[in-house]
Amino acid sequence: MPHAAMIAAERIEEAAHTVMSKAGIEIPDDYLHGIQAMANTESGDLSAFVLRAMLENWEAAKADRRPMCADTGVPRYYIKIGNEARIEGGPIEMERRIRRATARATQDVPLRPNRVHPLSRQDNNNNVGINAPEIEYSFEPDADWIDVTTVHKGGLFGTDYRMLFPADGIDGIKRFFLDTLVAFGKRGLACQPAIVGIGLGGSKDTSMVLGKQAACLRVVGDRNPDPEIAALEEELKILGNSIGMGAMGFVGSSMVVDCHIEVGYTHTGGMPMSVHCFCLSSRRATARLHPDGRIEYRTDPEWFTPYLRRDTVEWQTPAESLKKSG
Amino acid sequence: MADPSGKLKEVRLTTPVRHEDLRKLELGDVVYLDGLIYTGRESVYKRVLQDGMAPPVDLKALTNVNFHCSPAASRNPDGSFNVGAVTATASFRFSKWLPKWFEVSGAKVIVGKGGMSEQDYRDVFVPAGAVYLTTVGYGTGALLGRGIKKVRDAHWIDDLGIAQAMWVFEVEKFGPLLVESDLDGNSLFERNNKVINQGLARVYEGLKAPSLARFGETDDRRDELIG
Repeated sequence: MPHAAMIAAERIEEAAHTVMSKAGIEIPDDYLHGIQAMANTESGDLSAFVLRAMLENWEAAKADRRPMCADTGVPRYYIKIGNEARIEGGPIEMERRIRRATARATQDVPLRPNRVHPLSRQDNNNNVGINAPEIEYSFEPDADWIDVTTVHKGGLFGTDYRMLFPADGIDGIKRFFLDTLVAFGKRGLACQPAIVGIGLGGSKDTSMVLGKQAACLRVVGDRNPDPEIAALEEELKILGNSIGMGAMGFVGSSMVVDCHIEVGYTHTGGMPMSVHCFCLSSRRATARLHPDGRIEYRTDPEWFTPYLRRDTVEWQTPAESLKKSG
Repeated sequence: MADPSGKLKEVRLTTPVRHEDLRKLELGDVVYLDGLIYTGRESVYKRVLQDGMAPPVDLKALTNVNFHCSPAASRNPDGSFNVGAVTATASFRFSKWLPKWFEVSGAKVIVGKGGMSEQDYRDVFVPAGAVYLTTVGYGTGALLGRGIKKVRDAHWIDDLGIAQAMWVFEVEKFGPLLVESDLDGNSLFERNNKVINQGLARVYEGLKAPSLARFGETDDRRDELIG
């Protein structure tokens, strides 16, 4: 593929600003439909009341263009860069634009300036600071675009990590999954029903990163392409909804809208696991920036591509294989 | 509570909320507020109760509803405020401040997220003649934001910031909120927990314990982690 035109830095800032507002205000359709389905089957009267109130709340947010929840989480970005994409000013300029967009959106949407220094509690009132917003990167072969995704996940409850061992097996996974839901589901601290993301394997930090990405970057109804993992996703979803607990920790059945698992090759002696609950305001939005200046917006980040989940040494792109055979 | 059709009872309360109105509340009633409410959380409590500063306004004369909240808000160039959404923050973290706060503020209604322990209700709320209303969701930020008609004040905003300032809101049909504790100190959450706890052994049945245990304050899944 010949070198594409530059993606303008100004457009990156525009896209990064727009996805902040979309994420804060518009509930993604996949999640909305998931909650609608749960509201129809929930038999607990209090839990059902909560789900109906949330459906009404999302309507109000869209109609008024106001954030659906005041705790607008800790805004962060996931950037996927096409192998052929060229960015005006390079990665440093891109990060500058993303930080500017974060500060502007905090004022404009408005988002709550949640980010403070952990010790001094200094608040810059713009969600920007040391290591904030986080920007994570991935790459995509045969692409000349960049995807800018933002996620505003709440930060206090509903996540846990544990080092399990191979002998703990599926039982260990189920128990830790249940432990996390029961612990944080009481009184609704996890803001369930949630998309529950699970990170299995990798190093300890990788397991946390994968679990969070599984919760925040995959949509309701999506399944892992590995049939064994997909079956476990289904099984855990059913297990979570059989605890007897619903929205706000009231008696009911609405805990898990969907369950997503991502894996990473891990230490031969271990099986680290993390669990993450993406809340009732599952805030995510993505923009794709093309070199011709077009920006397309969507709610599915399409983060976990075959390339990202590859398990081989080499990755041969279709273009490369054509070149070799030609 | 719900009638047989599953519909919850709705109540409108005007601030300052009167004792006789609180007496009528039942666990699980849906409440909407009209009048004045103020926000107060750790930074406000610390200033007044630990650092000994006087509250920035005569709270007893103002209203008796304390909201555990930070709004998603920004300040306009003309000094006015743009309040988009408001939702509550988890209240259990403020438990230690409440006995003194009830004395100083005269609060009779705490609005927040997740409630407090039944022990707190019996020991602190009941003597103060106060109840706890929980926000719903969480959280219905846009619906609650609609209920705010005007920002009357944002005390201490310059030094505490938007999230921790003491906001005074004029509200109309502010809700929905659920009655979590009544004047006798009963808790809706704990009542639900008791039912759910009965089924937990069945959910865990047959799952063997992991090979490496962890230090922890509880392994009893009927326990709560707050408090």
